[in-house]
Amino acid sequence: MSYSNKVIDHYEHPRNVGALDKNDPNVGTGMVGAPACGDVMKLQIKVNAAGIIEDAKFKTYGCGSAIASSSLVTEWLKGKNLDEASKIKNIQIAEELELPPVKIHCSVLAEDAIKAAIEDYKRKK
Amino acid sequence: MSINLPIYLDNSATTKIDERVLAKMMPYLTNQFGNPASRSHVFGWKADEAVELARQQVADTVGCDSKEIIWTSGATESINLALKGASSFYQDRGRHLITIKTEHKATLDTMRELERIGYQVTYLSPESNGLIDLNKLVDSIKPDTILISVMMVNNEIGVIQDIGAIGKICREKGIIFHVDAAQAVGKMVFSIKDLEVDLMSFSAHKVYGPKGIGALYVRRRPRIRLMPQIHGGGHERGFRSGTLPTHQIVGMGEAFKIAHEELATELPRIKKLRDKLLSGLQNIEEIYINGDMEHRVYNNLNVSFNYVEGESLIMAIKDIAVSSGSACTSASLEPSYVLRAIGRNDELAHSSIRFSIGRFNSEEEIDYTVKLLTEKVTKLRDLSPLWEMFKDGVDLDNFQWQGHGERDIILHN
Repeated sequence: MSYSNKVIDHYEHPRNVGALDKNDPNVGTGMVGAPACGDVMKLQIKVNAAGIIEDAKFKTYGCGSAIASSSLVTEWLKGKNLDEASKIKNIQIAEELELPPVKIHCSVLAEDAIKAAIEDYKRKK
Repeated sequence: MSINLPIYLDNSATTKIDERVLAKMMPYLTNQFGNPASRSHVFGWKADEAVELARQQVADTVGCDSKEIIWTSGATESINLALKGASSFYQDRGRHLITIKTEHKATLDTMRELERIGYQVTYLSPESNGLIDLNKLVDSIKPDTILISVMMVNNEIGVIQDIGAIGKICREKGIIFHVDAAQAVGKMVFSIKDLEVDLMSFSAHKVYGPKGIGALYVRRRPRIRLMPQIHGGGHERGFRSGTLPTHQIVGMGEAFKIAHEELATELPRIKKLRDKLLSGLQNIEEIYINGDMEHRVYNNLNVSFNYVEGESLIMAIKDIAVSSGSACTSASLEPSYVLRAIGRNDELAHSSIRFSIGRFNSEEEIDYTVKLLTEKVTKLRDLSPLWEMFKDGVDLDNFQWQGHGERDIILHN
């Protein structure tokens, strides 16, 4: 399996690794995937009073592409409002990271994680 | 002492040819190029002499008569010849064969082929330590069982089966016993003299010899017959036709001779390295050793790192050459069938690493490996939501995962 330089960069230097307080009403948490499938992503967003995502954190159990996909979306999410965030599509992630066809599911999972985090935030409001 | 990266710790896959072996082989590629089957001139006589010396060296190493050694292209061919040749010759006695689920694919795929042409095969499950329960083996024997095939040392988890006891069972019942010993030579003390084995397969390239050469031991007393699988000239007492590759054979002979001579000093040295590796890795939390530690060759250590995904682990430790229990070449994750057969769950099977230590590994390399694994496993666990949940006391086995299996994966153009 040969990875693109972008995947390797995110894998070796993952951005925004960590956790936010999941009980904070301004934090939305999304966890998708399953260990048996080989990948689990936890994505958290913190939304400010103006409805802008001011922080995003992730933790991912998975291959290099899964780690890179989640690392990348935390970068993209910061500064976006929820409407913009919900429009991030897996194809954009896959293109940016030059994911091979067998790794497209990693980008799909990252998109699912964003949606799950937004839903969780909205549920709390 | 400086270390050259990457460090080779995959000696169960193959080994580097020992310089001493290569030196013995070279003349037979150049000046001594004769065909050992040529009876009419000195080129042939010299080649034949070299082949017979090598046959004696292999026989001395494994503890049999040189007349009982047949040259093949490798252990895979030896296994094919043993299983197909014996089951074909003795088919009038019965058509039932027994093997173990954790055998090498050379055995399992050959058994599948035999099933396809009308034989019945029982694939026994090993216990969770990788060893077979002899009572279960006895229970699986039928009146028409003609052959049992068991590997001496497992290639993935290094466990040593009780070949002595299985041989006794086979001899009592009049069943032919084949042993795949590809991973045993130079890794443990054994002699065919002490065993009731009828057929045994060997490979040179696992023992610092060249690739492309192997041997099959075929017992003479009591005599075991085989239907040849390759025809054309009747070489090797008719069991295996084809011009003998003198240089390869010389290499195998020398490689086996060195392994045999150095076994007494090499085993404790390898054990020391293995123990160092094991004690270093045991400082990492939540690791699991796969396979029995007592009935095991010293050169193998197979470890699962819980809560770390296998492919990312392999990516993280690219400075060391090891094998993974996870096949990452396709989208469908397929964990090691050996680890599944001993009851490891998918996650542990995926996160397993096989370290196989060899003649050319040093203590410094083991130290480097321990340090690298410790760092990278820590890093990947810091990234792992599963590790976080485990640390928070969440019961991961009963957690409701939101898989994405039901969602279609759309490939945009």
